[in-house]
Amino acid sequence: MKKGKISSYDRLTRNIALTVITVSLAPLILVGGVIFDQFRSIYEEKVYSHLSEVVDKHATNIDAFLRDKLYEIQYLNTAYSYEQLTSAEFLDETLRGMQQQFGRIFVDFGVIDAHGRQVAYAGPFKLLGADYSNADWYRKSRDRNAYVSDVFEGLRQSPHFIITINNGKGERAWTLRATVDFLAFSHLVENIRIGKTGFAYILNDQGVFQTKPHEDQAEKLVLTPGKRIETAGAEGGVTIRHSEGSDGEIYITVSSPLNGGNWELVYQQSLGDAFSDMIRAEYVVLIIFALGGLGIVAMAVLVSRKLVGRCRAMDKESELMNRQMVETGKLAAIGELAAGIAHEINNPVAIMIEEAGWVGDLLKDEAPPMPSRGEIDRALNQVVTQGRRCKDITHKLLSFARQTDPRVTEVSLPALIREVVELSMQPAKYGHVDFSLNLDQDMPPVAASMSELQQVFLNLVNNSIQAMEADGGVLTLGCSRQGNDAVVTVQDTGPGIPAANLGRIFDPFFTTKPVGKGSGLGLSICFGIIHQMGGDIEVESAVGVGTKFTVRLPFPPPADQQERQQEMYHD
Amino acid sequence: MTWTDTERPAVRLLIVDDEAGFTDVLCKRMARRGVNATSVSCGEDAVQVLRRAEFDVAIVDLKLQGMDGVEILKVFKLMAPEMPVIMLTGHGSDEAREACMKLGAEGYLSKPVDFELLFVKTLHWGAGRATA
Repeated sequence: MKKGKISSYDRLTRNIALTVITVSLAPLILVGGVIFDQFRSIYEEKVYSHLSEVVDKHATNIDAFLRDKLYEIQYLNTAYSYEQLTSAEFLDETLRGMQQQFGRIFVDFGVIDAHGRQVAYAGPFKLLGADYSNADWYRKSRDRNAYVSDVFEGLRQSPHFIITINNGKGERAWTLRATVDFLAFSHLVENIRIGKTGFAYILNDQGVFQTKPHEDQAEKLVLTPGKRIETAGAEGGVTIRHSEGSDGEIYITVSSPLNGGNWELVYQQSLGDAFSDMIRAEYVVLIIFALGGLGIVAMAVLVSRKLVGRCRAMDKESELMNRQMVETGKLAAIGELAAGIAHEINNPVAIMIEEAGWVGDLLKDEAPPMPSRGEIDRALNQVVTQGRRCKDITHKLLSFARQTDPRVTEVSLPALIREVVELSMQPAKYGHVDFSLNLDQDMPPVAASMSELQQVFLNLVNNSIQAMEADGGVLTLGCSRQGNDAVVTVQDTGPGIPAANLGRIFDPFFTTKPVGKGSGLGLSICFGIIHQMGGDIEVESAVGVGTKFTVRLPFPPPADQQERQQEMYHD
Repeated sequence: MTWTDTERPAVRLLIVDDEAGFTDVLCKRMARRGVNATSVSCGEDAVQVLRRAEFDVAIVDLKLQGMDGVEILKVFKLMAPEMPVIMLTGHGSDEAREACMKLGAEGYLSKPVDFELLFVKTLHWGAGRATA
């Protein structure tokens, strides 16, 4: 029963805590999740659109650069004749002029005849007469008016690319070519640096690097193109992909076509780096969320425990009250029963007394002198006397049963104690307990409920008698005045109470009697009654010597005494 | 105060009590002392008896089947206002005593009653009327 009760409280605690946690965390998680998701998609959108804008802008720049260079060469081609351009001095002068004008972007100029032989050259290398008929770039450029080659090392063993313009037809065909400085070109792309891992490079249609890759970039990193990301903010022609790197990281690649689709500008950045700000923000949010969640859980557990603790205390209190009420009800029922029995006994006793009286009457008037007349009279008297004794007992029982009255009246303690002693005579006799009364007859009355006080002293006296039942003993009752208190002592010569139990005897339900014999409420009710009257009850006990209960009750402040005191002060 | 048979007029006593054992012996003892006692066991019988005869004093038990002592007291005080009534009870509470006294009862004794006391009361209340 007790165990089941405890577990039901635990279950209640758990249920309250779980409910509170669920109710508070569920909306938090829901709202948090939605905001989290929104924030993430907005931020991703922003990052992608920013990257695509950067890449697009640079692609436009690079395209513009290439177009400019092409136009410049085209201008030379149309402004000057074949004869002028094949003149070494003129070509040299033109190159220097261009370099002065635009910086060292053009490395060299050359004119190639229909057979792929360089017939004129201006520049730092000795390439006059070089045969380009088998060069990849030369062959690709043949069927086009203007052509920008891929980057290659070529004869000079250093990376560069070539712009070619074709003129004429058949045997009269000739080609103007210009080499663009690779470093100057690379520079255009190297400027694109974002975060720790973000950088750009250019690939041709075969996927060969057209610019120097970043030094930190491991040459061996291989990207496997992954899913294409569609974003609203992406510029036209820009493609964004998630690619898996050979180092296990996911990379974002943003690419845009260059040079009429022959090349591709690629910007690459690791996903973690691109979204580092977002990830940091997410971590902060998650930590706050986790801490908040922990706080909620802790509070829920704490609050539910406190709540259930309060419930448990209240349950205990109400259980105690119920038990006390049952006990009081039991007392009242016993009282009623006693009253009924007493009433019923009175009638036969009355008849017995009357009959004895009748016999006496008859004997007095009619009987002849008998030798045992004296003995007969004595016997009849005894019947009458014992009948009266019965009457006294029943009257006492009746008066006790009637006194369930909590009204406060003036109570004379010596009289009350005598009454209690008389009521306890019978059990005392069986227990071989002798009473010793030490009552101060002149003490003033106390203000209390007669029936409640009677209950207290009957309880104490009965307890003492029960304690001494085995071996008999002396029960000493005393009352006296000590200062402003009336003091009643109930002292027995019983076995005493062990020190371990002494502190608990006024606790409700504490009993050392066998199950069913005592409710453990008697002394706690006494304690309650005495304290309600503003008094105090104490116990002293020594094992093997006996136990002494001392009840202190305050005297009501006597009105005349107060007046007298006031007079004295006035004097 | 002592009474002798010659000096004393016969007091007519009506006893209302359902304890036959009690009323029988009471009547006998009263009769032996010159009291002319009649006993009935319930209120209805008492009313019948009182209609036919006159009594100097009545002793009424408080707890009875049918009409209880208080009701009988009320009826007696209506039928024979001059007749003193002594109430007798198994146990007397102060409230019941006060109620009876208010209704005009002359005495209130509790059982088992001392016969001598009851006899003296009977004579005290009854003799006055018998002589008058």
